[in-house]
Amino acid sequence: MALLRVENLHKRYGHEEVLKGVTLHQEAGETKVVIGPSGTGKSTLLRCINRLTEPDEGQVWLEETEITSRRTDINQVRARIGFVFQDFNLFTHLTALDNVRLGLTKVRRMSRAAATDRAMTELERVGLAAKADAYPAQLSGGQQQRVSIARALAMDPKLILFDEPTSALDPELIGEVLAVMIQLAEDGMTMIVVTHEMGFARSVADEIVFMEGGVVVEQGPPDKMFRSPEVPRTGEFLRKISELYGESS
Amino acid sequence: MISSVWVEIAPYVPVLLRGLLVNIELLLGLISLGLVVGLITALIEVYAPRAMGWAAGAYTWFFRGVPEIVLLFLFYFGLSQFGVPVSAFFAAVLALGLRSSAYQAQIFRGALQSIPHGQMMAARALGLSRVRAIALVILPQALRLSLAGWSNEFSSVLKDTTLAWGIGVVEVMRQASYVRARNFTLTLPIYITVALMFLVLTYAGNLAIGLAERRLRVPGLEGHR
Repeated sequence: MALLRVENLHKRYGHEEVLKGVTLHQEAGETKVVIGPSGTGKSTLLRCINRLTEPDEGQVWLEETEITSRRTDINQVRARIGFVFQDFNLFTHLTALDNVRLGLTKVRRMSRAAATDRAMTELERVGLAAKADAYPAQLSGGQQQRVSIARALAMDPKLILFDEPTSALDPELIGEVLAVMIQLAEDGMTMIVVTHEMGFARSVADEIVFMEGGVVVEQGPPDKMFRSPEVPRTGEFLRKISELYGESS
Repeated sequence: MISSVWVEIAPYVPVLLRGLLVNIELLLGLISLGLVVGLITALIEVYAPRAMGWAAGAYTWFFRGVPEIVLLFLFYFGLSQFGVPVSAFFAAVLALGLRSSAYQAQIFRGALQSIPHGQMMAARALGLSRVRAIALVILPQALRLSLAGWSNEFSSVLKDTTLAWGIGVVEVMRQASYVRARNFTLTLPIYITVALMFLVLTYAGNLAIGLAERRLRVPGLEGHR
């Protein structure tokens, strides 16, 4: 059975339906890259998965737990789903170490010493152990995003959702974040990544999901999506976006 | 001539200081009351359901709209009329404290609303409940931002404690008027002395708050050196 199952998800904002019945199945260890023009509901989809945005209709299951059920303790679910934001959202009043440690001590109730150990391990993993005592404002965008990835990793997530993790970064800082994500994919982390980085999508994704107008237009392995997409619109979009963003990474 | 005036005043200084001590007691009482009620009011305005927000809004509207001296009279005479006998001191703390809470609520509300929404989202995404996200992530940032506005309110209410004179609290202004009644020629010097005392108090208070601000500064943030 799939680790994550999104079934017929709908979301409306006023009269506009942003998600018009999205269905998605994700296996453990799989990396899915979601692409599509802006305003097609990619971010909304990610936020509906851990109910940062409440979906109007449809279901989301994480293994045996129905996330969308009212009886589910959403905080417990969220603690097991990492979320990496476009603009990092590190807690500005806390050091890098405390940013990573907060969820461990306050949500997972770890002792301070154990949390420190774990947080340092994760900072090490993203190459920022030396910056443990720095505040977010003292870090570059790329470093902040890597700390936010460490913050997600520390919680032992079953799945990490990346919402355009490199879109707010200067071009020369994108590589260091992508490098961390590539390593994660190789380590077998389960990830859903919304991104325009076609190089990353092509080389790392197990599956590419093309969304437009609130629906999944087509999905499949990168080779097939890039070479012989079934829907003409998919090929058109991939060509355009590859020209625009190049194949950096 | 001038020096002889100060020699005459000297014996009254202890009395004035005793009065000033009452002002400080008033200050501590009213600013703590204002802090607690103001913070709760701000949290309600920002986070509670709309009906409660309206109630909080009406509350701040009332206490920001009525002159302080009127509030003092309302609380002092009003409460005893309703069968709640209160001391002038307690009435002053209550009236000035609730007035201050309305102003402090504005300060805290502004600070709370200036924290980007992403902070709350990131906290919720970690699995923190709304209340804990506010307590652990939003409030620490908002309170630090509030300090500048709060130091303003502090010096303002420090001076406002002299209004308690109006309902008979024996604070520094009342003591000064006693002195003046005994020796009319000291009228001006005695009020100059009182003014100096407040200048020193305001200075010391703002110094302490400035120190706190520097201690709580987040490195790299807001371009502080």
